[in-house]
Amino acid sequence: MMVYSSIIDWVTATWGTPVVLREFYPFADYNLPYHISMALWNIIGGALAWLINLLFPGNPVSEWLINPGTNNVFALVIFMIVIFLVAFIAVLISLWEERKVLGRAMDRRGTMIGMMGFLQCVADGFKTFMKDNVYSRKVDNMTYWWTVSLVIGTSVLIDCMVPLSSRWYVVNYDAGLLIIMGLYALAPFFILVSGWAQNNKYSLIGGIRAAEMMISYEVPMLIIIATACLLTGSMNIGEIVAAQKDIWYMIPMFVGFVTFVMCATAEAERAPFDLAEAESELVEGWQTEYGGMKWGLIMLADYLRGSVSCGMIVLLFWGGWNIPFVSLDYFLGPDAVNNFLYWLPVPELIFLIKGWIAFFLMIIIRCGVGRVRTDTILNLGWKVFMPLSVINLMIVLVLKVMGVY
Amino acid sequence: MSDEKKVQIPTATEIAEGAEVTKEMVQEYKTSGMEMDKMWITMGPQHPFSHGLWTLKICADGEIVTDADPIVGYLHRGWEKEVENRTYPKIIPMADRLCYAASMTYTHLYCMTCEKALGIDIPEKTKYIRIVADEINRLQSHLMWMAAVGTDLGNYTAFLWCSREREYWMDMNVRLCGARSTTNYPRIGGVRNDVYDIDPDLKDEDHSRFLRDLVRCCDHFDKALWDIIALIDNNSTFISRMVGNGIITREQCANLGITGPAARGTGVDFDIRRDDPYDNYDKVDFDVPVLTACDSYARYMIRVEEMFQSTRIIRQAVEKIRALGRSAPYRLKVPQNIPAGRTFCKLEDPRGESMMYLVSDGTDHPYRLKVRSPIFVNVSSSKYLLQGCRIADVPVIMAMIDMCLGETDR
Amino acid sequence: MDLTVREYQEGWENEIKSKLEAQFPGKLTVTKTETRRVYAQVDKSVSKAVCQYLHDELSFEHCATVIGVDLGEEEQKMQVVYHIDNYTLYKAMVVELTVDLPYDDLHIETVSDIWGGANWHERETWELFGIVFDNHPRLERLLTPDTYEFFPFRKSYKLRGSQ
Repeated sequence: MMVYSSIIDWVTATWGTPVVLREFYPFADYNLPYHISMALWNIIGGALAWLINLLFPGNPVSEWLINPGTNNVFALVIFMIVIFLVAFIAVLISLWEERKVLGRAMDRRGTMIGMMGFLQCVADGFKTFMKDNVYSRKVDNMTYWWTVSLVIGTSVLIDCMVPLSSRWYVVNYDAGLLIIMGLYALAPFFILVSGWAQNNKYSLIGGIRAAEMMISYEVPMLIIIATACLLTGSMNIGEIVAAQKDIWYMIPMFVGFVTFVMCATAEAERAPFDLAEAESELVEGWQTEYGGMKWGLIMLADYLRGSVSCGMIVLLFWGGWNIPFVSLDYFLGPDAVNNFLYWLPVPELIFLIKGWIAFFLMIIIRCGVGRVRTDTILNLGWKVFMPLSVINLMIVLVLKVMGVY
Repeated sequence: MSDEKKVQIPTATEIAEGAEVTKEMVQEYKTSGMEMDKMWITMGPQHPFSHGLWTLKICADGEIVTDADPIVGYLHRGWEKEVENRTYPKIIPMADRLCYAASMTYTHLYCMTCEKALGIDIPEKTKYIRIVADEINRLQSHLMWMAAVGTDLGNYTAFLWCSREREYWMDMNVRLCGARSTTNYPRIGGVRNDVYDIDPDLKDEDHSRFLRDLVRCCDHFDKALWDIIALIDNNSTFISRMVGNGIITREQCANLGITGPAARGTGVDFDIRRDDPYDNYDKVDFDVPVLTACDSYARYMIRVEEMFQSTRIIRQAVEKIRALGRSAPYRLKVPQNIPAGRTFCKLEDPRGESMMYLVSDGTDHPYRLKVRSPIFVNVSSSKYLLQGCRIADVPVIMAMIDMCLGETDR
Repeated sequence: MDLTVREYQEGWENEIKSKLEAQFPGKLTVTKTETRRVYAQVDKSVSKAVCQYLHDELSFEHCATVIGVDLGEEEQKMQVVYHIDNYTLYKAMVVELTVDLPYDDLHIETVSDIWGGANWHERETWELFGIVFDNHPRLERLLTPDTYEFFPFRKSYKLRGSQ
């Protein structure tokens, strides 16, 4: 335990050691958001400890506050907030992007209030939070509340699970892709149960449609993901991205890419596959009985899932945070920490921009198409997407056998 | 809920005591909505697909609609009773309120009925001005319908593009009558103002900026409509929703009293403008599109083609008005009282055949004035249109009826 | 039945007039004819038969309206007016049938089994005038609330105010 005399001493003492080598460091390799959180906590905790130390010199609370274990716990709390805030702001930007692009395509201006309309999302968010919490007395209470919480919770969870770069992740292990897909596929079950619980015919039909839709797009989607894993030989997201450093998987798996974009649109329940909430016939589908803040959070969850879909497109087909033939070793290399501006979030921004471009694709699809019917999406899923994904698998197998990959 | 008389189903104890069970009873039991798999869904009166206040109860077997029961009357104002207390000119603004999308057609029809009862012939120029006004209203109404089809199919681009084009015709309406929706323009024996009187600075010239702009509007619209057609007709998500649903036969259609574009898309070759001409519709050249596909897409195509024909009619009418010039009269002085008698007039509304039946008793107010609304009859056939379709098709099929509740409930 | 479309010819009105009068002698009087219009006064006993004849023999496929008219306390009667259109054989011809009903017997046979389009018109006429259409499949209130026990469009029903 160091002698605590002034904040300057303490800061130089703690910042001197590289974050990776410190006690209780929870990750295997360098993690930028954790480093940011640790730095933030060092400032907050250090200032607190210094203030208390000024009043009561040599007290144990100050020492406890700058203890490496304590530092780690508080840094992890801040780490969660940082990860969520970045994901959340990225989603807000995609929401703003949708409103602006959709507006222009429809020959109007889109939102116009504050920062080119960006603050409209914030205002809308506040508005939904101000609303009265109205719900029917005849709903099945437990399922009504829990399913919607789970839909929102899993959506937030997977959005935070998507790594923005090899140094911006929550967990990094070999089945990373699998757990994202597993969590992603959970929502239709909650929607089904939620539609059942609401004691409303529209919700029931909406919920059943969600289930009906899921069985049609989930299978081809998983086949394509398995194909990408096959091409890499790993389920680790970092390795999949590293494998397409120079040639994106979009090129060998073009058929799969097109199919995946469609399936991902369906997964995010966006037009033309927004049957579960088809408002022209089912009012709001499975969300009919959710009003005010619940509705706002469901909308947020929808966009979170949309951004996860885009993230999957970027990770699997567009080379993740890499740009072909450009080395990002300055930011991501093994000795990057020694570089002067290594903390600039360049790879993360590359990833996010690619995600917004993928989202732009989805917005353009939404402008130009109507809503399909349930039988159409079943036909599409089993008679078009399924054969296409198998063809994609065949192509990859041929490439593998020929030794191209 | 169905129109057929129900077979009395015996109870279990009656069957145990030896009551006879026929095949019809079994069928009735199966279709009476007693099983778990069928449910009645009440769509409306506040529902995104019902463009106005009305209720459609559908019986759904899973996703398939087996029966439908439309309920109207939420907007019933007793229009026909109210007008019995008003003098003839005071009914003109009330006739505007019958339909919000094409208000002028009803005012026109009312004035035409009164003129026929009076036995007067209105000036030639007025007839063409009324044709122009009618066709502007038809375009407005059809564009509003097309926008609604866009939203019913889950696409807002079509909605906003159609609304944008509709604004041009609204502007023309404002230029002509000074109001967007409730125009109050036709008068018994003429129209309120001449198309030449709109621009005060052109008092003495034989030139009307309104007519010039009208032709420009037609030129623009003929191009702009192709954009919307390119959005909808070249898009399989729209086409797959419209083709092959809402099918009824031509005989059924005529029997159920469906009129207007919905009937012409079902093979009924009938248009009052051509076959029973009023005003000067027999002196302008236009085609009446008729399709025999009998599905929603045919009804959609009929309306789109009618929009092109409307601009064609407007162009010809403008030429005729120009030929008649500023000096031609546009309004007659008519007596206040209409002689006793019975008159009826028919007119091709954007939505179908509308008709007024006037019983006059020689005073200055009608004894009875009955309005035949096309939607009132068209919507009564929704049971036959909807049977066998999916729930997702309900908004599409009902959109092809083009609901307007003001005239339905009166 | 031959359903070829024929365009309008002069003399159709008289043709229909003579056919109708020959079919229902004494029960039906054609009061007036105009271009494409035939106006006829029909006895209540044959109203359904006339409609059936128009539909089956003369191919009048479309019933535009069924109108109720209350002639007031002096005449002690109501009227039902049918407008029946043709789409094919006599294209665009309209036959107007007027049927008198005395106040003490406001019953008339329904035509909704001949023309489905007459169904709602008859319901409306019933709820507003109280004219009962016998054998109508579903004579229920349509525009007015189910709780109404009066017929608001009758002349005996006065509006508050000016009347």
